[in-house]
Formats: sequence, structure tokens, C-alpha cells
Amino acid sequence: MKDNVVIELEGVNKWFGDFHVLKDIDLKVRERERVVVCGPSGSGKSTVIRCINRLEEHQEGRIVVDGQELDDDTRNVAAVRREVGMVFQQFNLFPHLTVIENCMLGPTRARGMSKAEARDRAMEYLARVRIPEQAEKYPGQLSGGQQQRVAIARSLCMQPKVMLFDEPTSALDPEMIKEVLDVMIDLAQSGMTMIVVTHEMGFARTVADQMVFMDEGRIVETAPPERFFANPESERTKLFLSQILSH
Amino acid sequence: MTARRGTPRLGWMDYVVFAILIAAVAYVWYRVDSVLEYRWDWAVIPHYLYRWDEEQQRWVANLLMQGLYTTIRLALWSIVLAALIGVVFGIMRTSRRLFPRLLSRVYVELIRNVPPLVFIFIFYFFISSQIMPLLGIEELVRSASPETLAWLEFLFGPPKLISNVISGVICLAMFEGAYVTEIVRAGIQSIPKTQTEAGLSIGLSRLKLMRYVILPQAVQRVVPPLAGQFITLVKDSSIVSLISIQELTFLAIETAVSTTRVFEVWITVAGLYFCVCYFCALLFDWMERRMAVDR
Repeated sequence: MKDNVVIELEGVNKWFGDFHVLKDIDLKVRERERVVVCGPSGSGKSTVIRCINRLEEHQEGRIVVDGQELDDDTRNVAAVRREVGMVFQQFNLFPHLTVIENCMLGPTRARGMSKAEARDRAMEYLARVRIPEQAEKYPGQLSGGQQQRVAIARSLCMQPKVMLFDEPTSALDPEMIKEVLDVMIDLAQSGMTMIVVTHEMGFARTVADQMVFMDEGRIVETAPPERFFANPESERTKLFLSQILSH
Repeated sequence: MTARRGTPRLGWMDYVVFAILIAAVAYVWYRVDSVLEYRWDWAVIPHYLYRWDEEQQRWVANLLMQGLYTTIRLALWSIVLAALIGVVFGIMRTSRRLFPRLLSRVYVELIRNVPPLVFIFIFYFFISSQIMPLLGIEELVRSASPETLAWLEFLFGPPKLISNVISGVICLAMFEGAYVTEIVRAGIQSIPKTQTEAGLSIGLSRLKLMRYVILPQAVQRVVPPLAGQFITLVKDSSIVSLISIQELTFLAIETAVSTTRVFEVWITVAGLYFCVCYFCALLFDWMERRMAVDR
């Protein structure tokens, strides 16, 4: 095996009250691998990736991230989160800080980096997401697409081992989706390990090494994209794909 | 609809209201003048604001102005202390742990559900007999060099009253701190949970999340209610006159009794309080507008 397993989920179960959201989830993600998770809304796909950086707690099973098992030890959790970047549907930038301050906060406050160094790094990543000229603006002055790209840069500034994307284009106007997807494709090509929850099947076809289809809290099917799109095994996957690809 | 700037035009309704107002004032004036047979004598008041000191050959503050200065000092220090208490307990109120939440809840409920006067009578006994000796203020003042003493006098007023003023500050701050706590709690809770998630996901600890993400946003939101609370604090500072803190209201009682010019003294005192509070209101207005421009 040439690449190490970075994320491993084994028999993960989770309940919100009586509602069984995740049922026996098994998932392995290797270094440099790109996994796209899709499925109808309410199928638990967001919950899975939120469990990986412990914004949600699972009740049964094991989650191991970069060799660290996620349990109730809090120091452990903060260390894991520094290595796992997360991009949210609603961007969640810090509105009281400028773009560059958003990007510098993590490196300076969570990693103890000097301001000058953090600033250089932030500018580097802002250039990579193609908005270095917006560095001194506040998030409220930017378009949705620009905000999402800042959010991606903010995560990258922590130089994480894995990036999680939780429907990163779902809150965007159609004309802005492409600029965000382009940035994500760049990132995938640079060798970043990524787990992406999305309905953008074109993007999935381009970058995914592995497609994961979820329904009603279960992983129904896992397959490489060629087989997943051309020849899905499960009836449920076929139905979903026919609905989502027909328009 | 566009809001028009500049002088608003007056309608007939405004004139009616204005006329009623004048009539009411005139009526009260008439009653005081004729029925009460009160003889106004404003001439005594200036002397109680400032008097000419023969020994020092200069004007010095007399009772009422001394009281005003003490009230201002009292209010300023209480605001600082109440803000400190409010931030600490406000954060504890939103803690995920039970103990800090319980502690600050008990503090807030105890204070909010007991009348201020009653609280201050009980609490003052405790402060004056237990806390003040512990702080060692008296010794500090006695052993201070003239230079330190000058500073202490500037900050807390006449040296022989310092321990008196500090007792008042602690009482007021403990009392107002509970309300500030509630304001801070509401401010913190008004910041969406997604901000917490974003902060945690870049690896911030809970403490740093609070310090760099939540509090800065919460503070901006609580400036208006906090301003209101601080103005209330200035007015509430008159309560501590009952535990012999020698601030404006306490000295006004003395002045009113010794001069027997009750109306004149209290109207003057009301004017002084009004000036201080209105000045605060203007200051907070200005601050709020400045913060809005920054955004």
C-alpha cells in the first residue's frame, strides 16, 4: 500500500435524540485521495464530515484522524482540528475581521506563528484562490463566491492534512459556482486530501477518486467515478443519479 | 419613503401638545407660588456649589460640587468594576460546564430579585466589616507618600473618605454587575453558532475562540444596552447615600436640611445629575456612530 490511511471510520453510529442519523458507517480515506460524498438531503452526508472534525460527536464506533482517535479527550480534539480544514456551506467568515485577518487568526492564535509570517502565508493562499487584491476588505463587502474562496484560503493557511467541504457551492448564485469549483479543482490537483459533500456531479467526475453515495444514514455504494456514473450497482443510486443528472 | 433631514415641520398637533405642556407648567408654578406660599431664594445655591476659601485665597468646591465629584468618581469606578464582573460572569453564564453556569446564575438571580436598597444594607455591613480591612486601604492611605496621595486624591477623592468611596464602589458594582452580566450573556448568545464552529475548525481553543471571535462581535452588539445600563448606574449611585457614602445625594440632604431651601437644592441636584447623564448619553451615541462607521 503506497499511501497511508488518513481518515478511518469504523462502524460509526449517531443519533439525534431518537433519530438514527448515521448507521454503521465505514469509510477509509488515504493520503492524496479525493472522496466525493453525495446523496439526497437528510441522508447524513454533512453529519459524517462534521463528525470527522468533531463538530458533532458520534455515539458508537471509531473515528481515527491522522492516527488520533476521536474521543472525549479535548486536547486531542483541538490537535485534530488543526490538521483538518473545513469549508462550510454558509462560508462562516468572521465579519469583524478583514479578509487577511480572517486568514491570519488560525496560524497566529492556534499555531503560535508570528504576525509577519502569517501575513506572508495568508497572501500566498489568497493569491492561490485568486483574490489577493481583496485582502484589506471586510467579508461583508465581498460577493458570495469571493467569500467562499476566502473561507478556503482561511482553512489552507492552517496547512491541514485533509480538507472537508460541506456543500461549498450550495449557497452560491449560479454564476459564482464555477469560480469556487475552479479553486477546488486546483487544490485537488495539488495533491490535497479532500472529502467533499456536493451535488456538483461535473466536479465529482473531474476530481473524485472515490464516490460515496449515502441514503437514510447509510453508505449505499462506494465506487470509482467511472463505474459509479456509468454502471451503479444499487437501484437507489440509479434513481438518485437519474434525478440529479437529468437536468 | 425617504427620511427628510433638517428641521422637521410642525403640525397643528404639535402646537396643541406644546400649549398643554405650557399650561401644565404654569399651573404647577401657580400652585407652588400661591397655595404653598413658598418663597424662592436661589441666592443661597451658588455658595454651596463653590465658596471662597479665605485661608487658601481661592475658590473651592463646596458640598454640592464635592458631592458631584464623588458621584462621578463613584460612577466611573463602578462602571469599570461592573463591566469586569459582567464580562466574567457573562462568559460563565454561557459556559458548557455546569458549575460556572450555576454560580453566575445564582449571583444574577439573587441580585435581580432583591430590592437594591435591601441588598445594599446587607452587603454594606459585610463590606465594611470584612472586606475593607482585608484590602488594607486605611493603612495604604496612612503610609502613602505625598505623591501617591496626590494621585489617590485625584482618582478617589479626599484621602480620609477613600475607604468610604471604595465601599460605595464595591456595593454599586456588585449590584449593577448582575445587569451587565445579563447584557453580556445576551450579546454572546446572539452570535450565531456557526461562528463557533468556524473558529473551532481552524483549531482555536474555547478560550481563544471567545477572546478573538465571539467577544469582539458581542461587544459591538451590546454597546447600546450597556450604555443605557451605565447611565442607570449613575442615577442608581444615589442609593449609596443611605450607607453614608458622601456623594451628591447624601450631601444634598445635608445641604437641604441646613439651609432649609429644599426645592432649590433638589432642583439644582436634579440639574447636576441630568448634566452628567446627558453627557454620558451623548458620549455613547458618538461611540456607537463611530463603531458603525468602522464596519
